[in-house]
Amino acid sequence: MAKAKSNTLKLKFDSARNYAPAPESKSAAKINARYDLFINGKFEKPASKKYFATINPATEEKLSEVADANAADVDKAVKAARNAYGKTWKKMPGKERAKYIYRIARMIQERAREFSVIETLDGGKPIRESRDFDVPTAANHFFYYAGWADKLEYAFPNRNAQPLGVAGQIIPWNFPLLMAAWKIAPALATGNTVVLKPAENTPLTALKLADIFQEAELPPGVVNIITGAGATGAAIVNHAGVDKIAFTGSTDVGKIIQKAIAGTGKKATLELGGKAANIIFEDAAIDQAVEGVVNGIFFNQGHVCCAGSRLYVQESVYKEVVRKLKDRLETMIVGDPLDKNTDIGAINSKEQLAIINKYLKIGQAEGAEMYQSSAAIPSKGFFCRPTIFTNVAQSNRIAQEEIFGPVLTIQSFRTDDEVIEKANNTPYGLSAGVWTDKGSKIFNLTTKLRAGVVWANTFNQFDPTSPFGGYKESGYGREGGLHGLYGYVRF
Amino acid sequence: MAEKTMSLPSFIEPVRIDQVGIEERAARFTKRSIKNETKMNGLLLALNMIDLTTLEGKDTEGKVKQLCYKAAHLHDSYPGLPTVAAVCVYPAMVATAKKAVQGTGIKVASVSTAFPSGQAPRNIKISDTKFAVAHGADEIDMVISRGKFLEGEYNFVFDEIAAVKEACGEARLKVILETGELVTYDKVRRASDIAMYAGADFIKTSTGKINPAATMPVTLVMLQAIRDFYYKTGKMIGMKPAGGISKSKLALHYLVMLNETLGEDWMNNQWFRFGASSLANDVLMQIMKAKTGVYQGKDYFSLD
Repeated sequence: MAKAKSNTLKLKFDSARNYAPAPESKSAAKINARYDLFINGKFEKPASKKYFATINPATEEKLSEVADANAADVDKAVKAARNAYGKTWKKMPGKERAKYIYRIARMIQERAREFSVIETLDGGKPIRESRDFDVPTAANHFFYYAGWADKLEYAFPNRNAQPLGVAGQIIPWNFPLLMAAWKIAPALATGNTVVLKPAENTPLTALKLADIFQEAELPPGVVNIITGAGATGAAIVNHAGVDKIAFTGSTDVGKIIQKAIAGTGKKATLELGGKAANIIFEDAAIDQAVEGVVNGIFFNQGHVCCAGSRLYVQESVYKEVVRKLKDRLETMIVGDPLDKNTDIGAINSKEQLAIINKYLKIGQAEGAEMYQSSAAIPSKGFFCRPTIFTNVAQSNRIAQEEIFGPVLTIQSFRTDDEVIEKANNTPYGLSAGVWTDKGSKIFNLTTKLRAGVVWANTFNQFDPTSPFGGYKESGYGREGGLHGLYGYVRF
Repeated sequence: MAEKTMSLPSFIEPVRIDQVGIEERAARFTKRSIKNETKMNGLLLALNMIDLTTLEGKDTEGKVKQLCYKAAHLHDSYPGLPTVAAVCVYPAMVATAKKAVQGTGIKVASVSTAFPSGQAPRNIKISDTKFAVAHGADEIDMVISRGKFLEGEYNFVFDEIAAVKEACGEARLKVILETGELVTYDKVRRASDIAMYAGADFIKTSTGKINPAATMPVTLVMLQAIRDFYYKTGKMIGMKPAGGISKSKLALHYLVMLNETLGEDWMNNQWFRFGASSLANDVLMQIMKAKTGVYQGKDYFSLD
């Protein structure tokens, strides 16, 4: 037998990245050349008379243009929502509201292919994810909250839960349809009406959802969808007729919102940034942990607020984990998001790619070692290879700040106490992951990690029945599950 | 062996496998969409990796001869097809098979060691193996003593494999773990490690006589064991899932899994085999569909 030179052995994965193209057809996606604002059950031209383009980040081609709502448009939408709240929705029995919500859920399922393709075209995420995760999970959220609509007295026994009124909802570009579902479904189930603003980069699936609301004959004004950028969002937040703000997005904007609504009596739920620790102990099932780490950071190009972006590995298995991670990175296919074999699609926007690239430079300047897979990336569009940094210190900016891209930092640790301290040593606290074969260790860590969600031997699992939300600068309030109803009721 | 000796790992504290995780990963490979030239190459490769098998009490020389002819002439109306990798028979049929495949390049594999149960004394297993090798077997498919393994007698299992390996001489040794009787992934991983460290050239899932036979998660556990062994020792080990793989689509899923777990060095019949009897015709059917654009009925493919 040849002398073992384990450090130089390498598996070859070139052919694993070169499958024949298997693109999903675009024919299912009917995208209009222009979209107006969805107010009071109709598409209306914006008072601003302005439109802006939304592009496909994988090709940089324009997909459509959408209205840029100004304060007058927002006012119109809020008044429509207020009117619908008082005249129909608040008074409607829960079981009647439930029928509408069920109908919406079923229609999303029926048009799943169309939604998946548009989500992928507009946002750059791989079709495998929009098809297998975003769209089905969005439909499930509507199904789940439809079930609560006529059972609120059981959700809150002896407490007489009442709706708040008009909810202003501002959602991010990473899971456009799913975040719309997370926001709209519990609001409708509890009897609130909605003014929703999708992110300016990814408005199309929310506007498609407006089609469904029309077809489902949802009473006009119950959900209004208005498009625009930060100024539009600010107009919603500052509108006196809005009773509740639900926001998912960056911590910076979250802070602005919190300041703006201070003293106004508006309720708020904020789901903000994260820098989750994913912790591998030496007694973990290493191959499955590595897979979980890959899922934790490279899912949706790392554009996930709960992404497991800080990996902590116990020193005795550090080398093995890093080697296996590098092998796994080599098999990941980066490219056309519409190709069914693509693992990592396009970065959502030019701006986000610039932010990621800035952090790659910072990481290298800080002395961390950068490793990127050898995958080829398309010359057009916004792409980033899956990246890991080793030789990272807790004080490095790449280990402290949210990058929101396919970038993982890896640090080693020796003892349980040390890793708990390091994992909690962040302004964020949205999620964490623990990998160990030992049940007692799982319970010890889950009680000590200050994060809204702690996954054990898995990562990025979502279910409508399970609450989700953060600690510290990751925000407050819970979405999903019974807890998700609290944000939309008063007693 | 060169100057460096292999250090044995502890088989008492094996590598841990998380059931949910391994099953999720295995399912993920089935999401790959294999089309056009990739599909055609995969189908031809799958054909070339088959160990065409007949292991029945009612096997006769006539049956084995026909099987061997099929192995070399899968579908002569489509010229240029590869042959299968090997025919797999009982020791008593090795001489017949060896003669029948002469000149085709097809290997003769023989099950041995009191296949399928393995419930026989070691000297019987050794002479069973030597008999097959003496009659010309190129490859030996042995079964491990699952009873001893489940009793925790890992040294017994290890020594037995090592002894059979010695009896094999030049023949390559495939070690059948019979994963359907080991049940848990942890045990599959432990048995894989024991087999490789004891001298297996190939590890194989099943005899085909027990349900479940090969599954994708079980095969993935074994492929990962092979990768870890390669990294520790520099030695490549082959993999043979057997039983339960009868459709080309499933075979392609296995090839995707192989390609993305061990890489392209393993993508040939030196390092990967399908133990199957009915897979060949389904693959042929798909190949003819790709060539002609229409599916042909099963009666257009010879049954042997």
